[in-house]
Amino acid sequence: MIAHSIFFYFFSVIAIFSALMVITSRNTVNSVFFLILDFISVGCLFIMVGAEFLGMILLIVYVGAVAVLFLFVVMMLNVSEQKKSWFIGKKSTHIPSGLIVSVLIFLELLVVTGGWKYKENIMTTSTLVVNQNISNTHQIGSVMYTDYILFFQISGIILLLAMIGAILLTYRKREGVKKQSYINQISRDASSSVEMKEVESFKGVKIDD
Amino acid sequence: MIEIGLGHYLTLGAIVFFLGVIGIFLNRKNVIVILMSIELILLAVNINLISFSIFSGDILGQIFTMLILTVAAAEAAIGLAIIVVFYRNRGSIRVEDIHGMKG
Repeated sequence: MIAHSIFFYFFSVIAIFSALMVITSRNTVNSVFFLILDFISVGCLFIMVGAEFLGMILLIVYVGAVAVLFLFVVMMLNVSEQKKSWFIGKKSTHIPSGLIVSVLIFLELLVVTGGWKYKENIMTTSTLVVNQNISNTHQIGSVMYTDYILFFQISGIILLLAMIGAILLTYRKREGVKKQSYINQISRDASSSVEMKEVESFKGVKIDD
Repeated sequence: MIEIGLGHYLTLGAIVFFLGVIGIFLNRKNVIVILMSIELILLAVNINLISFSIFSGDILGQIFTMLILTVAAAEAAIGLAIIVVFYRNRGSIRVEDIHGMKG
């Protein structure tokens, strides 16, 4: 139990520190790196608490896909000259209101968390009783592919729509780029592409282009 | 303090959520940091769902965490595509320069 608490405090301190660095670091690339560190430490917490499958999925999906996507966009866009002017905006009037809203949300969450102990037996789950003899991945699979198959399918459709939307948003036709057109290539024949010419001697053929 | 219970995980989720919200409000640099703050908020929600799921012995929270992961990935892809298109049209993604709707 002492090891559990040591690991919990270790990973959670790293997670909170890196979340703080995500929102305060001047360079956007550093923000993405601290975001990756945050995902990894929270994934380690998930693995430690017993949700191994979701911890690994967090590592794969977030660190492997989403954070790399962020890095890619930061690399493509020119944000390097925009490092400065942190807190030095022209008239940043919504900093105090933002602070008030954030602190209020935090206090409310703390009140909920603290008042948790004084409420007894709030959770009596009877819907899905977990068989503790099988692994975490097996549990998730046995529920997700049976009772929640429609949610699974809908999430797949959401991913497909996101892919189509991202491609459609960033697609553009450029002028002056030579591209292959398969339809034109296949549908041409000899009568439209070959021209017979009588060549007189010592004159040659003038090709008009 | 030594015994790690549900409250510790919920407090961690609350702190990460708070940092995400404060990152949205206080950001003056570019929109990518706002998207990263949204990712932090979704991560805090995932922490809450998974800790409830583990400590109450119900697998349903982990199922919903997977669905939230899916939606978060889709949201990040669409948001970054919008940012790329915006940068291509305007040449800047500073928060101060985005005032097309007079907000």
